[in-house]
Amino acid sequence: MAIELKMPALSPTMEEGTLAKWLVKEGDVVKSGDILAEIETDKATMEFEAVDEGMIAKILVAEGTDNVKVGTVIAMIAGEGEDASSAAAAPTPASQQTEPTPEPAADKAPETGTAQLTAAVEKTRPADPAVPAGTEMVKTTVREALRDAMAEEMRADPRIFVMGEEVAEYQGAYKVTQGLLDEFGPKRVIDTPITEYGFAGVGTGAAMGGLKPIIEFMTFNFAMQAIDHIINSAAKTNYMSGGQMRCPIVFRGPNGSASRVGAQHSQNYAPWYASVPGLIVIAPYDSADAKGLLKAAIRSQDPVVFLENELMYGRSFDVPKLDDYVLPIGKARIVREGKDVTLVSYSIGVGVALEAAEKLAAEGVDAEVIDLRTLRPLDKQTVLESLKKTNRIVVVEEGWPVCSIASEIAAFVMEEGFDDLDAPVLRVTNEDVPLPYAANLEKLAMVTADKAVAVVKKVTYR
Amino acid sequence: MAKAPARNAPTPPAVPNRERPSEPERFKASKEQLLEFYRQMLLIRRFEEKAGQLYGLGFIGGFCHLYIGQEAVAVGLQSALDGEKDSVITGYRDHGHMLAYGIDPKVIMAELTGRGAGISRGKGGSMHMFSTEKKFYGGHGIVGAQVSLGTGLAFAHKYNEDGGVAMAYFGDGAANQGQVYESFNMAELWKLPIIYVIENNQYAMGTSVNRSSAEDQLYKRGESFRIPGIQVDGMDVLACRGAAEEALAWVRAGKGPIILEMKTYRYRGHSMSDPAKYRSREEVQSVRDKSDPIEAVKRELETMGVTEEQLKPLEAEIRKIVNESADFAEQTPEPDPAELYTDVLVETY
Repeated sequence: MAIELKMPALSPTMEEGTLAKWLVKEGDVVKSGDILAEIETDKATMEFEAVDEGMIAKILVAEGTDNVKVGTVIAMIAGEGEDASSAAAAPTPASQQTEPTPEPAADKAPETGTAQLTAAVEKTRPADPAVPAGTEMVKTTVREALRDAMAEEMRADPRIFVMGEEVAEYQGAYKVTQGLLDEFGPKRVIDTPITEYGFAGVGTGAAMGGLKPIIEFMTFNFAMQAIDHIINSAAKTNYMSGGQMRCPIVFRGPNGSASRVGAQHSQNYAPWYASVPGLIVIAPYDSADAKGLLKAAIRSQDPVVFLENELMYGRSFDVPKLDDYVLPIGKARIVREGKDVTLVSYSIGVGVALEAAEKLAAEGVDAEVIDLRTLRPLDKQTVLESLKKTNRIVVVEEGWPVCSIASEIAAFVMEEGFDDLDAPVLRVTNEDVPLPYAANLEKLAMVTADKAVAVVKKVTYR
Repeated sequence: MAKAPARNAPTPPAVPNRERPSEPERFKASKEQLLEFYRQMLLIRRFEEKAGQLYGLGFIGGFCHLYIGQEAVAVGLQSALDGEKDSVITGYRDHGHMLAYGIDPKVIMAELTGRGAGISRGKGGSMHMFSTEKKFYGGHGIVGAQVSLGTGLAFAHKYNEDGGVAMAYFGDGAANQGQVYESFNMAELWKLPIIYVIENNQYAMGTSVNRSSAEDQLYKRGESFRIPGIQVDGMDVLACRGAAEEALAWVRAGKGPIILEMKTYRYRGHSMSDPAKYRSREEVQSVRDKSDPIEAVKRELETMGVTEEQLKPLEAEIRKIVNESADFAEQTPEPDPAELYTDVLVETY
């Protein structure tokens, strides 16, 4: 029987890619291990290997085709003794390939729980008051925005360097540092061995010695090996030295759940770092904030933990085209105005909150959404002002519920805004379990817009 | 016909497969230099004795780790550094290193008593003192952390091309921490200008080197990273200085890091609250009698014609300095309560 060759997913989050080049042609006989094609994603170019033996009967997607969805049949292989023409005749015609191919249900990869987090993130948002009216906007991925922030700051200050695993020659494990090695050279873009505790300490020491390091953790899960230096060495030194010894350093990398990577690679550390005096903790949601806040973090004289999110790296948002777009640290932002309830969130949770707000709007509930952006110091004022208007707060957090940012919001709102509350502050978070691998369980474990909607109904007594 | 192999051919002497530093020579100090070493070591000894007293009187709280017995190490090594460009970092047993750098004993003692005039405004304490002016970077309480941080200081020297060398002190206990080896690896990989100084005082708290270290010759600990090591008599200030010169020549020549294992001994407990049941009184007394670093310098000075009588004014001067620092540290006020909230962050957000 003819074998269908399908567009492969080259990473857990890849949904489509470019079929850059065919390395075989129709009629070629291939065996397992032969390189058939090159496939490009926004992160990398990868080789597509044959796993089956036979003859390439038909190529269905021409090279150079963009946006080929994962799972699309791109070629047919005729098995041994099989008639190539019959194999070629069988499948979907090539002309349909620009449209997403409807896939039979049985074939479909199980849907990841984290897909629901980014379902509604492309929604437009009110203009940022920090941006002058009429400023040109450029669609930029979060990944590119972060890279641009680093590159712009590195051009301006020779003390800044980037250090971490695979940041230079590999161009970044998640391609956030793409192109930096070419522009700044190996002195300032430094690949380290896999040695988180060690290079976090080296970076911290270099900051004490007067440099301005950006330390990339491949993910913040691995920063657990280095948390001693982040907290004991970086955060406390200025205080312990009576203000003598500064530590201007940025620890950055993806944080929170990725997709189907299991419990050790899926954790939101925001509450851990946000509990430490001496640190600044930032967790942006979209590209503009990623850029403006990373630039501010790099310029800060204080140690900054900058929490990114892998699932957001490939998402595009408008970034104002300004020479020097820097945002203030410690300022939350209202990303959707409303009057009935305030949804407070940060990082990827903002997308969930916005989606929930849309669903609530359809039911006549007008939700305000606040993106905290900075988790330490927390912008209490923006939250309390919003509470005065809506009298109800629900916190949406992609993370565990216990001792969370949501817990902190509930506490200070009770302490400082009690009289404005018409309902208890409720939390919508991930379940209180290590993140499971199985697709259905992962889905059950994650925060969702529907869960947020249900909780909002409780506080609005609907 | 094949030639029979030569019998009894002499085996060629083993040659190291890579460059090694030379065996350091004992420093040839002038009388003035040796007197200065004596002065500094005696200052540390008397300062630490006074600190021990103040602890007993309740003026100093928490942990207080005394440097008594190890004076030759800090004095010998730091005398070789260039104060303009080299940097120093150490762990929590840091009073001696600060005094050896000429930092005012008053502000050190005032930090020990937790006063506003202390070098860290009373917010650091015995373990957390810094002087960025002197390029002394602390003062770190997590065993081994200063090794990675010091490697970072060396990284900064190389990055800035300022010709400076970092000296990172740590103990035989810290030598078993993982981050030490992570740092060794990067330092050699990137040829960073750093001297790793293992102050082997024989006991990590109460655990002797032999009970904690599979390889107890700690100067060999860099071997698998191709970092050469030298074992040094840490009770001999001139041997210490000589080793520092050799190490500095190696590092300044761009050959990367080097390890100095200083064989030394602390007379007092690990900290003030150490009952010291892990070793005998006789052991401590024997070291004091046979290898005391200060007595050794005194004898050396005698051979140069400096009599005990001539040293008396110097000793009196040091007692005066130490007493004044103690008086100051007892009398100067505690930090203003408002200091509680300062220096958490540099900037305002």
